[in-house]
Amino acid sequence: MKIRKIRLGNIFAYLALIVLSLYFIVPFIWMFLTALKSEAEAFAYPPKLFPAEFRIRNFVDAWNSQPFFTFLKNSILVTVLTTLGQLISSSLVAYGFARFDFKGKNILFMILLSTMMIPWDVTVIPLYMEFKLLRWINTLKPLIVPAFFGSAYYIFLLRQFLMGIPKDFEDAAHIDGANHFQTYFRIFLPMMKAPLILISVLNIMTVWNDYLGPLVFLNSRDKYTLPLGLAAFKGMHEMQVIPIMAITTIMIIPPIIAFAFAQKYIIEGMSGALKG
Amino acid sequence: MKKRDRFAPYLFISPWIFGFIAFTAGPLLLSAIMTMFDWPVIGTPTFVGGKNFIEMFTRDNQFWKSIGITLKFMLMFVPLNIIMALILAILISKPLRGISVFRTIFYLPSVVSSVAVAIMWGWIFHPEYGLLNYVLSLLGISGPRWLSDPSWAIVAIVIASLWSLGTMMLIFYTAIKSIPKDIYEDAIIAGASPFRTFFSITLPLITPTLLFNLITSTIGAMQELSLVLLLTRGGPVKSTYFYGLYVYRNAFIHFKPGYAAANAWFMFIIILLLTLLIFKSSPLWVFYEHEVSKKNI
Repeated sequence: MKIRKIRLGNIFAYLALIVLSLYFIVPFIWMFLTALKSEAEAFAYPPKLFPAEFRIRNFVDAWNSQPFFTFLKNSILVTVLTTLGQLISSSLVAYGFARFDFKGKNILFMILLSTMMIPWDVTVIPLYMEFKLLRWINTLKPLIVPAFFGSAYYIFLLRQFLMGIPKDFEDAAHIDGANHFQTYFRIFLPMMKAPLILISVLNIMTVWNDYLGPLVFLNSRDKYTLPLGLAAFKGMHEMQVIPIMAITTIMIIPPIIAFAFAQKYIIEGMSGALKG
Repeated sequence: MKKRDRFAPYLFISPWIFGFIAFTAGPLLLSAIMTMFDWPVIGTPTFVGGKNFIEMFTRDNQFWKSIGITLKFMLMFVPLNIIMALILAILISKPLRGISVFRTIFYLPSVVSSVAVAIMWGWIFHPEYGLLNYVLSLLGISGPRWLSDPSWAIVAIVIASLWSLGTMMLIFYTAIKSIPKDIYEDAIIAGASPFRTFFSITLPLITPTLLFNLITSTIGAMQELSLVLLLTRGGPVKSTYFYGLYVYRNAFIHFKPGYAAANAWFMFIIILLLTLLIFKSSPLWVFYEHEVSKKNI
């Protein structure tokens, strides 16, 4: 009796899951199928689900129709360098906050947390002025350099992790004659592998996908990143649905792979952050 | 303690200190000063005192319209966002076979760029060839011209924005997962129905998370910009001219950075007040674990 009741509940749960997943998955499928269609098929009414033949060439044609290779190169450059910057700086800062007692620590940490509340609109206008003064506008520097000074959210995540490690590790290292930097580098950095992977993936997804930053700070096409290049392409050729869908498909592959690879870390990292 | 030891922590946190001064505190200060200036792109700024704020409150119609549109969006988006994320989180925390596949599907939209979101939904919303209106036509409904109809464009933005609720869902999910199992066992023994279990155990225990999500969702809705830029550019007839777009246009299209800084600070203050309001109201509805005793079951 009880078993049957549970099974019935499960059937309802699966039904709800399937219906809800349509909303989340159909736009992806529709994009991908459109990318493979011919012009006539994409603009058919009633819409045809599958194309008569899968036109893989659409991807090549779309890719060659605009300097997407340049956009890709810029995107990769920004993504790799910011990730490197965040790994170095956020881990150093988190170590400072988690493993030392010092004057002003609590107030500084509160300030760090409160910077996450500041709306983008408030800082972006003066930042534009600042970068203009430095002659950084229309270079990739405004997108890259700030990452080398850490980011509040990543520092917070790493600190939460470091707070959980017993004090014995430093004591042992100091007895062995290691200085603070050596202790951080040789003992703690290897232990931080999981949260460092987490912030790398979060950073790769954020930076690779960023649209507003490049939109404000870049203005010539040879500097565009992939999202900005694609948005500009869409703006110019609103009706060129097929190449637009093809490039979108290509653009979303890296973050999806990064997520698939790090799903476990993301969920664990989230529960870690919440506990703090 | 050696002298070196006293400086060590400051050395470790120094990257953030410098970054904070250069990219947060400095700009924040500059932007506060800018609100009191007429700041041309080329040429010298002139001090105007409170003129920017006076103009914004008394002469600029678009300011009030954009606030109204943004509030409307917020009131539509935030409750749906919270409720949907919570429902999905409850579903994916059930111990069902293949549940991780669904969890991945629900989270997938959150890992792609807003540009991709806008492109995919723009195509779904297409009035003639879009999938949505085709599906509606099968149900005998003649769908609106989503993005070019002033009364439907904001609904379209809500639908597309809700798509990326994955992070909020995962936050609820981890909160639900961290509820001790024995609390539920007691409820089952007491013969509580799933509904009753949800409203007397799960919901009260995740109210701190609900508070967190409510605040981030509200702040996010206030600042919404990417999707309106990409999907409607504020149109049709400025029906989706969100406040974020208003600030962005004043700063970078109409080249009035001083005025835009005033707009942005107003938004900042509103966000702070809203957050404060949500926090102040929280004792009425947020429970912490020790308060939820078994007698509630």
